[in-house]
Amino acid sequence: MAGVMEHVLGNEVGRLIVGLIVVLIFSQLNALFLVWLERKVAGHIQLRIGPKEVGPFGLLQTIVDGLKLVGKELITPKRADKILFIIAPVLVFVPVLVPFIVLPFSKSLPLNDMNVGLLVIFSFSTINVLAILIGGWGSNNKYALLGAIRSVAQNIAYEIPLLLSVLSVVLMTKTLQMSKIVEAQSSYWFFLVQPIAALTYFICATAETNRAPFDIPEAESELVAGFHTEFSGMRFGLFFLAEYTNVFVVCAVATTLFLGGWTGPFGYSLGIPGIIWFLAKTYLLVFVIMWFRWTFPRLRFDQLISFSWKVLIPLALANLIITAGVIKLI
Amino acid sequence: MAMINSEPEVTREYFLNLGPQHPSTHGVLRVLLKLDGEYIVEADPIIGYGHRGHEKMAENRTYKQFMPNPSRVDYLSGFIYNHGYVLAVEKLMGLEVPERAKYIRVICSELNRISSHLLWFGTFLMDLGAFTPFLYCFDDREVILDLLDSITGSRLTYCYCRIGGVAKDIDDQFIEGTLSFIKRLRSRWTDYHNLVTKNVIFIHRVKNIGLITKDIALKYGVTGPNLRGCGVPYDIRKAEPYEIYDELDFEIPVGEKGDIWDRYMVRLNEMEQSCRIIEQAIKKLPRGPIKASGVPVKIAPPKGEVYFPFESARGEAAFYIVSDGTEYPYRIRIRVPSFSNLQALIEVLPGTLVADTIAILGSIDIVVPEIDR
Repeated sequence: MAGVMEHVLGNEVGRLIVGLIVVLIFSQLNALFLVWLERKVAGHIQLRIGPKEVGPFGLLQTIVDGLKLVGKELITPKRADKILFIIAPVLVFVPVLVPFIVLPFSKSLPLNDMNVGLLVIFSFSTINVLAILIGGWGSNNKYALLGAIRSVAQNIAYEIPLLLSVLSVVLMTKTLQMSKIVEAQSSYWFFLVQPIAALTYFICATAETNRAPFDIPEAESELVAGFHTEFSGMRFGLFFLAEYTNVFVVCAVATTLFLGGWTGPFGYSLGIPGIIWFLAKTYLLVFVIMWFRWTFPRLRFDQLISFSWKVLIPLALANLIITAGVIKLI
Repeated sequence: MAMINSEPEVTREYFLNLGPQHPSTHGVLRVLLKLDGEYIVEADPIIGYGHRGHEKMAENRTYKQFMPNPSRVDYLSGFIYNHGYVLAVEKLMGLEVPERAKYIRVICSELNRISSHLLWFGTFLMDLGAFTPFLYCFDDREVILDLLDSITGSRLTYCYCRIGGVAKDIDDQFIEGTLSFIKRLRSRWTDYHNLVTKNVIFIHRVKNIGLITKDIALKYGVTGPNLRGCGVPYDIRKAEPYEIYDELDFEIPVGEKGDIWDRYMVRLNEMEQSCRIIEQAIKKLPRGPIKASGVPVKIAPPKGEVYFPFESARGEAAFYIVSDGTEYPYRIRIRVPSFSNLQALIEVLPGTLVADTIAILGSIDIVVPEIDR
């Protein structure tokens, strides 16, 4: 048995296949856990206690909810564009899985530590918007269409400052390889030297995941459910799981870029394994994003665009130029 | 060359049915929106989905049998309506009510006003996308509901006032509970202001948006906090004082421009003024009977008519009762503030965004069943 494992894991293809299965399982369990966490966090922020009936601390609640979604009928509206309508949930879910391949959970655990890791993450995360647009357009529903249009408008707002803030880090490390970015932070974490980039990234990341205060495309009180109004059963479930997986991914990237990935503070790992450091930091950021959601009201989408173009982009750009100058001098 | 089609490109306007089933229409209101992109070109509020025929019901019931109905017209200020109806009938009969009953009614009415404003505060912020304040408000509101429950026996649709007094006396427990609730509410203001009023996103969402100017307000008969938001200090409790309101010291908070922010601040300040009214009323609460003696069992007011306006949580509400001298009212007409307040939307909404529409609709604080009656 051990020999077989060794053979499979030693082989590049074998490693990838095993890795993909692990990624699939991890991302699903993680999404279910995050849904549970969200409900618990929301509960405690709102003077409630959240789910508690199914399983210990209500941990199995989301699994039961998931089973319910699986059992539901998949309704396709009569006048919907059938092909687009069916593709959209798949298209929204697959791209959020890809970043897991390059995420450096620990020193030995990036599934494939390719030298363009960062590029892979950002190019795939952009597909998300396409999927939302397709879903909203394909539903042939005015609320869904409004949600899709808003999603594109929002994409214009956050994408540029997001990449600009990431570029500052890339300039410092001179690499797109995730593991090397983490290693560059072995003595100090980058958010200490790049606070503006870190802040810009985090704001834009919240917008990318369509979370409050930027949950404009699915603004519940305005657009009923926004782009996924018409989706039922597991198709809706895929949108839902994709959102939470995406939250995890952007937080994991933030951890990698600004919080030193698997390393401990100032190089002291305190005997705690790297993967624990990584997950602890990521879940802390996830908690902050949840905290946002249950605290802030929603922005209007034109306000988000003007905030992004008038504040975030100049800030990120200035930060990038200063970073470039300082690096040249040193 | 002449064949070239030179028709200018136009953006196509389309209609969006906001409601009757929509998370933010506060019941079964339907607003037909004509949209250009997300901008509103025309807005047409369509009502009538919650019609229950309260006015017609009144014609087939005796004055006493109609008692439970008024609190169901506007279920969020049920006590105030219950109070108003009783006052109207008493005025028609020329009945004098004992002092203690008046004080009890005013205390309960003001508690009801606070509970209504608290619910508005929560749902309005939910419309803006902030979910959490809703539950904090409901937590506070729960105390009021429990207090009123302890003396009236119901949590929402009260029927506690009687023609000539109130059903039963209040006890020390109720008074202590009310005073400690006021203390609790005041300690909550800091939280509310830190969480909401000082929030930059909130300020951007409400300042200079949804202007109901003085002209529009007066043209459509807008009353209540919506009217006071644009700077008109009109409140029935001051303009035509009923019960003991002229003996109490309270202010009428007003805004400046009439935007959402002004309406928000007016309601928040009004809650504080209601607290002051309750405190004073409790301090002055006289001893004595709670029901007038000599109220006939069969209530048949003399022939005539009466129009009795009172300040509900949403504005000027009134009962217009025509009596033909029998046990049954000939006609009862209810003037509801939400109806007039809603009509102003026709002029306010065009030019705003869909997101603003929801905020404005929320800020006007409508109760749809009240409009339809």
